[in-house]
Amino acid sequence: MSALSALSSGETKGETFVINVGPQHPATHGVLRLKMTMDGEYITRAEPVCGYIHRMHEKMGENRTWAQFLPNTGRIDYLAAMAYSHAYVGAVERAAGIAAPPRAEYIRVITSELNRISSHLVWFGAFLLDLGGFTPLLYAFDDREKILDILEALTGSRLTYSYYRFGGVCNDVDDDFIRGTREFVAFMRPRMKMYHSLVTDNIILRKRLIGIGVISAEMCRQYGATGPVIRGSGVGYDVRKSEPYSVYRDLDFDVPVYPEGDCMARYLVRMEEMVQSLRIIEQALDKLPAGPVMASGVPRTLKPPAGDCCFAVEAARGRLLVRIVSDNKEMPYRVRLRTPSFCNLSLYEEASQGMMLPDALALLGSLDLVIPDIDR
Amino acid sequence: MKALLKEIGSGFHSLVTGMRITLGQFFKPQVTVHYPHETLKMPVRFRGHIELVRDPQTGKAICFACKACEKACPSDCIIVEGVKREGERRKSVTEFKLDFTKCSLCGSCVEACKSEAIRFSKDYNLASVSKEEFIMDLFKRLESEQPKPPQAQPEQSKEAA
Amino acid sequence: MSIIEPFRLLLFLVGIMAFVGLNAAYLVWVERKGAARFQRRPGPTEVGYGGLLQPIADGIKLLSKQLHVPPGADGVLFRAAPLLVMIPAMIGLAVVPFSESLVARDTNVGLLMIFAFGSINVMAIMLSGWSSRNKYAIISAARIVSQDVAYEIPMLLVVVTMLMATGTMNLNEIVQQQAGWFWRWNIFRLDVNPLMPLTFIIFFVCMLAETNRAPFDMAEAESELVAGAFTEYAGMGFGVFFIAEYANIILGCAFATILFLGGWQSPFGVWSGVFWFLLKMYVLVFTVIWVRWTFPRTQFYNLLNLSWKLLIPISLSTLILTAVVMKVLK
Ligand code: SF4
Ligand code: SF4
Repeated sequence: MSALSALSSGETKGETFVINVGPQHPATHGVLRLKMTMDGEYITRAEPVCGYIHRMHEKMGENRTWAQFLPNTGRIDYLAAMAYSHAYVGAVERAAGIAAPPRAEYIRVITSELNRISSHLVWFGAFLLDLGGFTPLLYAFDDREKILDILEALTGSRLTYSYYRFGGVCNDVDDDFIRGTREFVAFMRPRMKMYHSLVTDNIILRKRLIGIGVISAEMCRQYGATGPVIRGSGVGYDVRKSEPYSVYRDLDFDVPVYPEGDCMARYLVRMEEMVQSLRIIEQALDKLPAGPVMASGVPRTLKPPAGDCCFAVEAARGRLLVRIVSDNKEMPYRVRLRTPSFCNLSLYEEASQGMMLPDALALLGSLDLVIPDIDR
Repeated sequence: MKALLKEIGSGFHSLVTGMRITLGQFFKPQVTVHYPHETLKMPVRFRGHIELVRDPQTGKAICFACKACEKACPSDCIIVEGVKREGERRKSVTEFKLDFTKCSLCGSCVEACKSEAIRFSKDYNLASVSKEEFIMDLFKRLESEQPKPPQAQPEQSKEAA
Repeated sequence: MSIIEPFRLLLFLVGIMAFVGLNAAYLVWVERKGAARFQRRPGPTEVGYGGLLQPIADGIKLLSKQLHVPPGADGVLFRAAPLLVMIPAMIGLAVVPFSESLVARDTNVGLLMIFAFGSINVMAIMLSGWSSRNKYAIISAARIVSQDVAYEIPMLLVVVTMLMATGTMNLNEIVQQQAGWFWRWNIFRLDVNPLMPLTFIIFFVCMLAETNRAPFDMAEAESELVAGAFTEYAGMGFGVFFIAEYANIILGCAFATILFLGGWQSPFGVWSGVFWFLLKMYVLVFTVIWVRWTFPRTQFYNLLNLSWKLLIPISLSTLILTAVVMKVLK
C-alpha cells in the first residue's frame, strides 16, 4: 500500500498513462466514459465524460403540451420510470390544483414501489456482474421478470409505462394485479434471504466491498448526492420521509441507514430498501380504498395557471425534483429535471482518487448510475 | 489469531453455502421460454403498434378522421386524412399513415380517440431491413385484410377495452 | 528403447492432441450448459441436438476470422504466444497415467516435469499481454505474473508434502500406492498428515489460481480489463488461448486426481481402470465450473493476501507437520 500513500501525499513516481473506461466498456453499463489517469493500477484522476446520449428532455418539454411530455418521463431513468412520471404528474397537479383520488394515490405508491424493487434488482445483478459474479444477475432478472409481468398486465408496457395521468392513473387495478402483487411479496421475502446467503455473506464479496470506496456524509452533501448513496453514508435523508408526498405519510416503513459510507453500506441500504418496499406494498394493498382512479373535471387540454411549481420524489437512485414553470399556455414554459444520478456521479472524481482500478469500478457500480438519467 | 481463525471458518462456510445454493438451483427446472418455439400470450393491455378498428356493422373503419389522435401524438407520427362523402353523416378516413420509426408506443393516440377507432395490435414480431416498411398506411392495411366474421368482432373489442 | 517406442510416442502425441482438442471443445459446451443450468437457462440449444454441434460451429467461426496483429505490436511474440501456451498442457498430459498402462511416458520425474513446464504457461500469457501493445493487456500481464508466482509457492509446498508422503516422483507409482478401498487415497491418509483434506483444498485453490479461473480470473476480468491479455487477439489466436485454458484445467484436475484421489484406482479396490480416472477428473472439472458460476471475482490484493498470508503459512506448516509425523512414526 505504499504506492497509495505516495499518491495521497501528492507525489507520483514514474509515468502515468490514460485508459478509457467507456464509452464502450463492460463496466459502464451504457455510454458513460471515464477518462482514467493511472499510475500502475492506481487511479490518480478519473474524469467522467458524459453527454453521449443527451436527448434534451428539458427542451422537449418546452415544445409539447403538458400531457405530451408524459411519455418522456418514462425514458429518463428507464429502470424507475414510475417515479419520474410521479414527479412530473405531481408537479403539474400541484400547479393546476388537481387532487388525485385516494385510490389512485395508493395505486401510484404500489406501482412506484414495485418499480423501485425491479430497479434495485437490476442494480443488484449489474453490480455483481461488475464484481465478476454472473449468476446472481440471472436470478435477479428472473425475479424482476415477475414484477415486469405484473406491471405489463396493468399498464401495457414493461419499462416505459406512461401510466400516471394528471389527476390519477389511466386504468384501474384488477384482482389479478392485487393477487399477483401479493404473491410476489410472499415470493420475494425468502428470495431476499437466499440472496443474503448466496451473495451478502460471501467472504469474497465482503472482502471486496467492506472499507472500499468510502464516501463521507460531508462529500455527499457537497455534491448533492442523495438516495442510497447518502443513506449509506449515515444520513437518513429520504424524500418519502422528509417531505412526504402521495400517501407515504400513512404508511409505516423504515429508512435504512448505514454509517460506514463504503460500498458494503450502499449495498446493504439497497437490499434493505427492497424489503421495506415490500412492506409498503403490503400495507398499501391492505389499505387500498375503493373509488375512482381519475379525478373528475380534469380539462382535456390542460393550462395550469402561471407560476412556478416543484415536486420531489424519492426515485430509486435518490431525490428527483421536477420543476415546472407555466405561463398559462398549452405548453410548459420550462421543465427542469434534477436527476439523482448526475449528482451521484459528480462525486466520483473525488471519491475514486488513489483507488485501484477494480475497486474504483466497484465504487462506480455501488453508485448505481443509469446513464440516460445523467444525460437526460 | 482467534479472530483470524473465526474469519477463515465463517468465510469457508459462506463459500460452501453459496455453492450449495447454486447446486440447488442447478436441479430446478429452467425458467426460460424458448422464444421462437414457444411464445407468451400478450396481456390484454399490451401496447403494440396501433391499428384501425373495423366497425362490426358496416365492416368499414370506425375512424372518421377527426385528427384528435394526430394532435395528441407527442412524436408527430400520425397523419390522418379523410373525405366527407355524399350522403354520409361523418367523414370517412382515406389515409392513416403511421410512422412507426418515430412512434414511442406511448398510447396517447388510443386514449385520445373517443370513438375507439384505433387499438393496439398484439403484434410484437416487428423486424425489417428497410425503414420504409415501418411507415405504414393503416387504412390500406385494413382494406387489404379480409373482413373478419362479424361475430368475432365484439369479443375482440372487449379484449382491447 | 525398443523399435516400437517412437511409434508409440507418436500415437500418444496424436491421442493427447485429440484428447485436448475434443475436451476443450466439449468442455466449452459443458461449461455453457452447466452455467445455464446454474442460472436456470437452457444454454445452447439450436445447433445440433442440445447444442452439441455448437463448439464445432464456434470453431468454424473462429477459423474464418482474420488473425489481426495490431499496429505497433511485436508481431513475432504476438504470434508465438498462442503456440507457447499450448505446450505445457501437452507435455504435462504426456506423463499422466490415465490407467496402469495408458501413459505416454512413464518416467520417474513425472511430477517434476509437470511443474517445470507448467511455468511456461505464465510466460505465454504474459507475452501475449506484453506484445499486444494494449494498456488493458499490459495491466493484465502484470497481474498474471504476480498472481502465478504467488500461487506457485503454496502449490509446490503442497506437492513437496505429497512427495514426502509418497516417496516417489513417478506418477504411476503414486497411484499404485493408493490401491484398495477409497480410504487408501492420499486425501484420506491422515496417518502421515492429519491435515490432508486441507492440503487438498489448498491444492485445488492454487490450481484455480494457476489456471486463471474464476474467482481468480484477474487476467481476463472482463468488467475491468475487457478481455485482459487477450483483448487484441481475434479468431483462432483467441481460440487457442481458450483451448489452452481448458487444457490446463484438464491437466490440473488430472493431476489432483492422481495425487489425492487415487488416479485410476476404483474406490472399492476392484475394477480399477481408466473409467475411474476420467470420472474423478470430470467431477473435479465440474467443480471448477461450479465454483466459477457461484462466486464473484476476488480483488487483486485479496488474492495476494490469501496466498501469502494464508495459503503459504498453512502449507508450510503442513509440510513441517508431515515431516514431524513421519519422523516420529518411523
Ligand atoms: S383514430 Fe380516432 S382520433 Fe384518430 S382520427 Fe380516427 S376517430 Fe379521430
Ligand atoms: S403510440 Fe404514441 S407515439 Fe405512437 S402513434 Fe400513438 S401517440 Fe404517437
